[in-house]
Amino acid sequence: MEFAELIKTPRVDGVVLHRPFMPTVEGTLCLTGHHLILSSRQDNTEELWLLHANIDSIEKRFVGSLGTIIVKCKDLRVIQLDIPGMEECLNIASSIEALSTLDSVSLMYPFFYRPLFEVIEDGWQLFVPEEAFKDLESMTDEWRLSEVNKDFSVCPSYPSLLTVPKDIDDESLCKAASFRHGGRFPVLSYYHKKNGMVMMRAAQPLTGTNGRRCKEDEKLINATLCAGKRGYIIDTRTIAVAQQAKARGGGFEQEANYAQWRRIHKAIERSNVLQEGLIKLVEACNDQSHSMDRWLSKLEASNWQSNVKEILTTACLAAQCIDREGASVLVHGTEGTDSTLQVTSLAQIILDPACRTIRGFEALIEREWLQAGHPFQQRCAQSAYSNGKPRSEAPVFLLFLDCVWQILRQFPCSFQFNENFLIMLFEHAYASQFGTFLGNSVAERLKLLLSQKTVSLWSWVNRPQELERFLNPLYEPNNLVIWPSVAPQSLLLWEVPLQMHEMPKEHMDCEISMC
Amino acid sequence: EGHIQTLRLDCVEYVKLLNKYAEKKSALGTLYLTATHLIYVEQTNNARTETWVLHHHIVSVEKLPLTASGCPLLIRCKTFQLLHLLFQRERDCQDVYQSLLRLSQPVKEEELYAFLYNPHQNEEDRRQGWEFISVANDFSRMGLSNDYWEISHLNKNYEICSTYPSILGVPKNASVAVVTGSAKFRSRGRLPVLSYYHKDTKAAICRCSQPLSGLTSRCVEDEQMLQAISQANPNCPFIYVVDTRPKLNAMANRAAGKGYENEDNYSNIRFQFQGIENIHIMRNSLQKLLEVCSVKSPSMSDYLTGLENSGWLRHIKSVMDAGVFLAKAVCEERASVLVHCSDGWDRTAQVCSLACILLDPYYRTIKGLMVLIEKEWISFGHKFSHRCGHLDTDPKEVSPVFTQFLECVWQLSEQFPCVFEFNEHYLIEIHNQVYACQYGNFIGNCQKERLHEKTFSLWPHLLKNQHLYRNPLYRRSLESTVLRPSTLPLHFKFWCGMYNHYDRGMHPKQSVLDQLLSLTQKQEEGERTMTELQRVSGFVVVLSVWRGIRLT
Repeated sequence: MEFAELIKTPRVDGVVLHRPFMPTVEGTLCLTGHHLILSSRQDNTEELWLLHANIDSIEKRFVGSLGTIIVKCKDLRVIQLDIPGMEECLNIASSIEALSTLDSVSLMYPFFYRPLFEVIEDGWQLFVPEEAFKDLESMTDEWRLSEVNKDFSVCPSYPSLLTVPKDIDDESLCKAASFRHGGRFPVLSYYHKKNGMVMMRAAQPLTGTNGRRCKEDEKLINATLCAGKRGYIIDTRTIAVAQQAKARGGGFEQEANYAQWRRIHKAIERSNVLQEGLIKLVEACNDQSHSMDRWLSKLEASNWQSNVKEILTTACLAAQCIDREGASVLVHGTEGTDSTLQVTSLAQIILDPACRTIRGFEALIEREWLQAGHPFQQRCAQSAYSNGKPRSEAPVFLLFLDCVWQILRQFPCSFQFNENFLIMLFEHAYASQFGTFLGNSVAERLKLLLSQKTVSLWSWVNRPQELERFLNPLYEPNNLVIWPSVAPQSLLLWEVPLQMHEMPKEHMDCEISMC
Repeated sequence: EGHIQTLRLDCVEYVKLLNKYAEKKSALGTLYLTATHLIYVEQTNNARTETWVLHHHIVSVEKLPLTASGCPLLIRCKTFQLLHLLFQRERDCQDVYQSLLRLSQPVKEEELYAFLYNPHQNEEDRRQGWEFISVANDFSRMGLSNDYWEISHLNKNYEICSTYPSILGVPKNASVAVVTGSAKFRSRGRLPVLSYYHKDTKAAICRCSQPLSGLTSRCVEDEQMLQAISQANPNCPFIYVVDTRPKLNAMANRAAGKGYENEDNYSNIRFQFQGIENIHIMRNSLQKLLEVCSVKSPSMSDYLTGLENSGWLRHIKSVMDAGVFLAKAVCEERASVLVHCSDGWDRTAQVCSLACILLDPYYRTIKGLMVLIEKEWISFGHKFSHRCGHLDTDPKEVSPVFTQFLECVWQLSEQFPCVFEFNEHYLIEIHNQVYACQYGNFIGNCQKERLHEKTFSLWPHLLKNQHLYRNPLYRRSLESTVLRPSTLPLHFKFWCGMYNHYDRGMHPKQSVLDQLLSLTQKQEEGERTMTELQRVSGFVVVLSVWRGIRLT
């Protein structure tokens, strides 16, 4: 397919761009296969380059022959284009609509993007499971790297290499996989060097209504316990939700079969509920009444802050079990690809100082999100402004970043990176020139040949020129476990991604670096 | 405050100080009552922790129902500290309860701490301390007297208005008859006078109390006064008259012979209501806010609902909105503004002082804020004694009006982190001092009532400790700008540092502010060492040359 077919009017002169908190720009609007570009052709004025993939929805308005298109982006930016000429405006609008809703992954910009910089360190090779396992091997010999999922047949959403207890053979793994939702059997997520305790993650067990059990699954997780010690299973769902899951073949670990484990239920919302929350939150931010009561009640109704609190609380609980109670932990929800990953990755940020460095955080995102099979493409296909019927969209990753921001705000000297880094990740997860967040799993990424055909986000981010704006000038490495407060008073609304601000923070960072 | 004074009246051992969050972590210690403080001393191993609470800071003492573990006593402070004590014996609990009731509610002014407190200064220092902040100097800083405004001494004996300062800024073309006549038409004689003169636009902010207009009354002198204010600004043909009250309240006042300006009687005024609620609503709102703050581990939903129901942030926003309205009128429309509420000493003080901060970078400095508080609050008769409940008087007079002003300043500092010379600690310290009555500044209800002879002034003390209150991000280069804050509801935050100040667990575990303060301090030390080294090495060079030694 040729993009040109979709572009009815490639350029219009005399277009006026309005952006919040910025001066208006008049210039020429150009549509390319992947970008909407507005250029004033004057020096010193910023051009607008917007990826079509970033566009969540558009609105058209007409006053006489002057048309206005409001472009609402997945990264929650809202811009307005005043276009002279009704026909031009209609053409532009329908072109944008067509170009921003292309279904085929291989037509996405990353497949066309050629970097203007030399790739010195290929991000695709940076975080391979073998390397992570080498680190583990230097601390313990209780674990092995299994190739049971080499062809992704045991678990399509897992990577090909998985860290499992040494004494459990591949055959048992296969049996355990058949007992877990989507084949996501328990695997190692984190090894706590300080006391040798571990955190594992999985999907729900398929106990069903008649209480199926699986000896291999029991054996697998029991293999991670020291003699006479109990472990904790953290189910991210409420007991009621977990009970209901039985009717659909899912369920939870029965005490009788997992006697060495104590199960704790938490209440992290399912992804479709989170999506509604994001939509409500953004709506609340755009409320024109400017009434405090309305704002607070809409904020409350969005449940956004409740979700942040619940996720952080659960992560703290997992970290507490490991560090304070000296117990191993298994985390799962239903599918093990959303709330589970929020909890396991946040717990690591709390426990492991390495995750608070830039490289360590990138490794965490690779390990616990990309390789662990968080379906980025599905979750980030649409955002808060979409008019389309939501399918499996959800701001799971944004909520994770929000939680990281909360910890960062409470421990501003403990992170090598700053808020800009989190914002950058949020933006690239939704639309990017890089291939990193394309696809839903390692298997899909291999099939798309991403590492050959696209550039990795990390190849770009890790260049010293780019890194500079992500560095936290107050960073002082510390080896402590950092316990965030989850009191409502301690959790602020993360405003920056909501685009309601006039570029304040960068300013402050620059001031800090001057000190 | 190192050791315990010998003044001890009472002492109880084996008192538990309950920890709201972790009962196991509750402390066991000794409680001392001195003439001025309650002191709780915890001795564990070799560590000795002292908690000092000023009796004046105590707002209520409550005996809770007896429990199996002892007799609980709940002490609430005006600084939002909560002490939950547990006594072994009922008798002790009762004694402490009785003593605290007496100590925390002085009846006579002379019983206040300020009349006892002596920071070991001589009389000369004490006197100079009171002269350190001068409202007259601020008038000259603004450029008074000039072609349009002058300083009037008509109120030097507080005869025109007993709750006003002795010097007043009035329009040059307002005659004595107009000034005195206008005063008679204003509630409690609080006539329209200058609050702030904006040099660049020649627009002025003036303040007064409500007119005694009732349903039909009018007063030629008052109308002339407003005319004079309008004429004092060559850049704008009209003045705004801002009634900071909700319209309903203002209308209700008309029935009582008070009310608001009738636009038909005054030439060229634009009248405006702002809708800030009265002191009683603010008091109840804070009460509700504090209930929300003291809930033990609330859910997010309970917290947000509680925050909304308290109305607190709505009120803060209404004050901010009014301040922003004033600043905009002055700097964008170059229009003068006359502000009043009912008596013109609560909402009016909030709004005028906030507008000053928005307009003039001087008031964003450590000293500037002192001047502003001295000018708009102390000298213009904000009734600190009543509003803060210094003495055992009418509880209906108590209201957190000044606290709200400080919070507005804090909200601004959150939006503009680099434009204030001071940090959050400064605002909290001022708040604590307002209620402490350790210095004389905030005792009394107006300038006439204030007795400086026997007390010390707070300001020199704060200035001495200013290194604690500096904002390391402050940049003078940014100071010339008028602040245009966002007043969208989502930009108002709950001030955890104030209302949950003593819940340390809720605060960021690492503070950017403290980190930066210590960095700046290190940098300054480094620079000092450097200069010292340079001086020494220079000396060595001189010495060596003198002795004929070669250095290399």
